[in-house]
Amino acid sequence: MMIPLSYYVVVSALMFVIGLVGVLVRRNFLIILYSIELMLNAANINLVAFSSRLQSHDGQILSLFVITIAAAEAAIGLAIIVVLFRRRATTNVDELNLLKW
Amino acid sequence: MTQSLFFFYFAGVTVLSSILTIGLRNPIHSTVALLSALLHVAGIFILLHAEFIAAIQIIIYAGAILVLYLFVLMLLNQKETETIVNRQYHLALFFGAVIFCEILLALFQSDFLQSNFLNVETPVLKATAGIAYNNTASIGVALFTDYILQFEIVGVLLLGGIVGALVLAKQTPTR
Repeated sequence: MMIPLSYYVVVSALMFVIGLVGVLVRRNFLIILYSIELMLNAANINLVAFSSRLQSHDGQILSLFVITIAAAEAAIGLAIIVVLFRRRATTNVDELNLLKW
Repeated sequence: MTQSLFFFYFAGVTVLSSILTIGLRNPIHSTVALLSALLHVAGIFILLHAEFIAAIQIIIYAGAILVLYLFVLMLLNQKETETIVNRQYHLALFFGAVIFCEILLALFQSDFLQSNFLNVETPVLKATAGIAYNNTASIGVALFTDYILQFEIVGVLLLGGIVGALVLAKQTPTR
């Protein structure tokens, strides 16, 4: 039995919205980065599902690039966290309001 | 039958682990939940016959990125806070639900779920007919022929990431 494509898209949409809510509600910088990873993974599920159903591997190659960009983003984000923690001794984004209007 | 059983297992645990990732108080527990979510996403990839992406997902995400996160998590000695969420979390939950409903609405009103969309004979399939579809070799061939420019650009991006992380995290000498 073939799983309908819409099931994969619904799972991906659910995962994306969970990541979005995580970015909006959490105060810990690290957990916000985790939520971004969740959103990137949701995009990957979509890409791979459509590539599998359309019998073309373009989507899989694109998801490979997405994974690479996630790796770069993790390195930069963690460097920013380390610098912030060294200066302010906090990872709470509510206390980092220097650039706020 | 077995396939749908596996699909519902992987999908359910993925969504549950995602909720736990953003809901747990202890960041270490969040990391373990994120690991579980990533591994089950790899299971979904295997169900979609994307074995190479599943292996990359496990090696790079679960193996490299998550270990990097854990290292930094252990490095920072975070103090416990009594509240883990912002003040405006009601608003965020509400708008999250609205956006989810909007995605579902757009999904089920569009025509890509119709069978004629999915059974369309794509020209890509004919172009790669000489190579066995969907194994590591065919992805590799496409990566080094059609996508060579993008591949190089991503390599430069990774180099920029390395340099940026080094410049940011470099210990400045105390004055």
